Amino acid sequence: MSMDVAPKANGAKQVKQVSGITVRLVGDSGDGMQLLGTQLTNTSALSGNDVATFPDFPAEIRAPRGTRAGVSGFQVQFASHEVHTPGDTLDGLVAMNPAALVTNIADLCPGGLLIVDEDSFEDKDLKLANLGTDPLEDPAMENYRLVKVPMTKLTRTAVQSLGLSVKEADRCRNFFAMGLVYWLYGRDTESTLRFIRSKFSKSEQIQQANERALQAGWAYGETTEQLDISYRVEAAALPPGHYRNVMGNQALAWGLMAAAELSKKELFYGSYPITPASDILHELCKYKNFGVITFQAEDEIAAVCGAIGAAYGGSMAVTTSSGPGIALKAEAMGLAVMLELPLIVIDVQRGGPSTGLPTKTEQADLLQVLFGRNGEAPVPVLAARSPGDCFDTAVEAWRIATRLMIPVVILSDGYIANGAEPWEIPDMNKLAAIEIEHPGPISKDEKFRPYQRDEMLARPWALPGTKGLEHRVGGIEKQDGTGNISYDPENHQKMVNIRAQKVANVAKMIGPQEVFGPREGELLVLSWGGTYGACRTAVIESIAAGRRVAHCHLRHLNPFPSDLADILSRYESVLVPELNMGQLLMLIRSRYLIDAEGFNKVKGKPFAVSELVSKIAAMTTVTQEEVLAGASA
Amino acid sequence: MSTATALPVLTANDFASDQEIRWCPGCGDYSILAQMKKMLPELGLPTEQIVFVSGIGCSSRFPYYMNTYGVHSIHGRAPAVATGLKVARPDLKVFVITGDGDALSIGGNHFIHMLRRNVNITLVLFNNRIYGLTKGQYSPTSLEGAVTKSTPMGVVDHPLNPILLALGAEATFIARSVDTQIKHLSATLKRAAEHKGTAVVEVYQNCNVFNDGAWSYAQDKATREDTTLELENGKPMIFGKNRDKGIRLNGFQPEVVELKGGIAEDDLLFHDEKADSTLVYMLARMRHPNFPEPIGVFRDVESTVFEEQMRNQVKEAILTRGKGDLNKLFRSGDTWHVK
Repeated sequence: MSMDVAPKANGAKQVKQVSGITVRLVGDSGDGMQLLGTQLTNTSALSGNDVATFPDFPAEIRAPRGTRAGVSGFQVQFASHEVHTPGDTLDGLVAMNPAALVTNIADLCPGGLLIVDEDSFEDKDLKLANLGTDPLEDPAMENYRLVKVPMTKLTRTAVQSLGLSVKEADRCRNFFAMGLVYWLYGRDTESTLRFIRSKFSKSEQIQQANERALQAGWAYGETTEQLDISYRVEAAALPPGHYRNVMGNQALAWGLMAAAELSKKELFYGSYPITPASDILHELCKYKNFGVITFQAEDEIAAVCGAIGAAYGGSMAVTTSSGPGIALKAEAMGLAVMLELPLIVIDVQRGGPSTGLPTKTEQADLLQVLFGRNGEAPVPVLAARSPGDCFDTAVEAWRIATRLMIPVVILSDGYIANGAEPWEIPDMNKLAAIEIEHPGPISKDEKFRPYQRDEMLARPWALPGTKGLEHRVGGIEKQDGTGNISYDPENHQKMVNIRAQKVANVAKMIGPQEVFGPREGELLVLSWGGTYGACRTAVIESIAAGRRVAHCHLRHLNPFPSDLADILSRYESVLVPELNMGQLLMLIRSRYLIDAEGFNKVKGKPFAVSELVSKIAAMTTVTQEEVLAGASA
Repeated sequence: MSTATALPVLTANDFASDQEIRWCPGCGDYSILAQMKKMLPELGLPTEQIVFVSGIGCSSRFPYYMNTYGVHSIHGRAPAVATGLKVARPDLKVFVITGDGDALSIGGNHFIHMLRRNVNITLVLFNNRIYGLTKGQYSPTSLEGAVTKSTPMGVVDHPLNPILLALGAEATFIARSVDTQIKHLSATLKRAAEHKGTAVVEVYQNCNVFNDGAWSYAQDKATREDTTLELENGKPMIFGKNRDKGIRLNGFQPEVVELKGGIAEDDLLFHDEKADSTLVYMLARMRHPNFPEPIGVFRDVESTVFEEQMRNQVKEAILTRGKGDLNKLFRSGDTWHVK
């Protein structure tokens, strides 16, 4: 991909090479910040950077304009090295109005670049943001490199000849900002121009207006004397391969489709809209030509029950939701445990309890999916660690569900769901098939036993329509083997044991648990789910600082990998960082009887790497090397 | 078709499972089970093509007693389970067996949504106006004032009318029958099973333990011809032991008239299963003792069927866009190579 970055107008402008940039784009929820961020992410990935993103938006579709409640933001880190998080402190902040500025300025590093649309800092804007004085006049602004750009006026001028209304012209303002940001970081505009042409293909006028706004933003960067430096970030040394960007929910959808193909099954997807899981439904319903059946049910319960019906019929059955919906599905999940049918239940977690923080991230559903059902109803639980990892997790979940005839839960979260990262595109022909056997017809003299067990304790998946295999399944306890209703005390004990052992048997399908860093040492950071990136980065930084710390990140939360006890025993202490009040911590402490320590946060935000680094520092001693390094400095 | 192998002729016994039936002696469910087993061979389907799905309650034990495929699911959710199954497997004949509590109380939402979607499923609603399995609390069809285990001073809720609810959800087939009127029941079940789309059959079913006699007026041979009106498509609405009474329209209201003194059959209302829903509404609101209660098919109309529409969209997508290729999809849009 060609990149036209040589300064044209003013040769005096300096180009600075940096290893990475963290920038946040903030504005009103109607300002198109999410679109701007997505485009910057794609363009950065296309130029070979490693990227990680953090979109952050309000639950309201359009909170009152210009207010603090309506601020929507998109943070992206792009770098010439591997990145696992969207970054802690910001190198650059683009704020489209005063509310966006004051709610985000605290994250901008001292000396950081602050670009604002000065046209939206009038008295009425300040009032909307509940400000008595203009924050741009605040002496604290001297800590930053403030660049005031009359974006609204310049955008209107740029599109003037196209005959747009003022309202329509102002809608192009985000593309002006994008042009300026692209100039600032030497990003190629080509893929965004392609995007504009396809997105606004219905109106040539709007298409041209957005193109012009983008170009005007770029030109402004080139010519303004306020900006004398632009930045360049080299391509990252990612492992060789064919890459694209994926978002978490998209990767989950694709993983489900891949699992269906690998198992030669039709995908039945039952769902009820809920933030932040709905995008999986939006994605899957686009692919009817892949044979995907999407069922938007009347409620969460119907969504899971429809999936159970489809599973009985022989489909690859999936249902998704977020915490509140999973609570509603609980009884039906218990039914699936009893029926012993394969099913995938996806929980894209958000801040709770109750409606909680619908658009913010949290990891507080772990105990719900493990224990939130009546009776002894264990299910395997897997957690994805990043957007790209969602794909593999989905495939593995279906492998487990069909091998053991059991519902499997996948945990994702709002941070993973809406985050994006470069993803090495898999070759479908090289992924291992998921083998499923259905018993064939039998004669009248033979007796079918629907709860006959194989060596993993799985029962046969007999499909309606098969002669001789007529059988009834139900939520009442059943006799092992025959599946007939049974209230026999010994049988109930046996069946409870079998259902537990089936889950335990999943451990036989899991390879050795990966540990990053020293094989033994002072501290093990044990994490799961979307905190992977922050924990891994913190451990990398701490090891570089000479600390004897390792990182173990779990995908399998039930059952735990069989070598976990051994791993835990090799470290003097164990730290479990979670975006909840200590749920994995409780499991680890009770299961392994160790004095693990939690590091917990429930603010609707992911961990900052720095807070984990500080915690690790507090729990480890400085090694000899670090003392020496300090002495020589 | 001369090469087609004729299906072995099945009998009611072929549909009986080996499980001991555990309903109370004298329960109306036995009769419904018997009529179902008797009717099924007439559909000409092998046992393996049939699935009974139920929720929770006395009636929902039904699948265990059928030698077909079956799912005894959870309370109120049978329509949702059956919808998923039918969408996944349109080739199967799917029945939902439910009760007044299961379908109209805890499962009311799934009931109306299955109906409005018109999934090709036959739903049999055993209405006994009581919670039987939980031992005698009032149900959403219990009459006002009914004294039950949970209403010592009488029910204050207004009862739900299943036919009206089905009509409100625009069900394409709505019928009513009585557990003891076995010929009528069997014929009604057959009509329902042959309907394309969701068919709802309300069956007056006696719970002889907790609500005995709830439907005695419609069951007793002595009274039933005067207290029920057998609907026949295209025929005048005549009832009574001597077939000397009928239903006539007076303004917008039905009235009971005697066929004498110049009132002839032609003056009566004629039943039309395909009529505007206003007629069904009127018929459904005719309640004992002011009116004979209509039994038989209230409504039988055609409409698009949910699972067919879903399947058609898949077919159309494949036709217009070609069968999807995941390798192509993953590589569509912006991608790059790292060497």
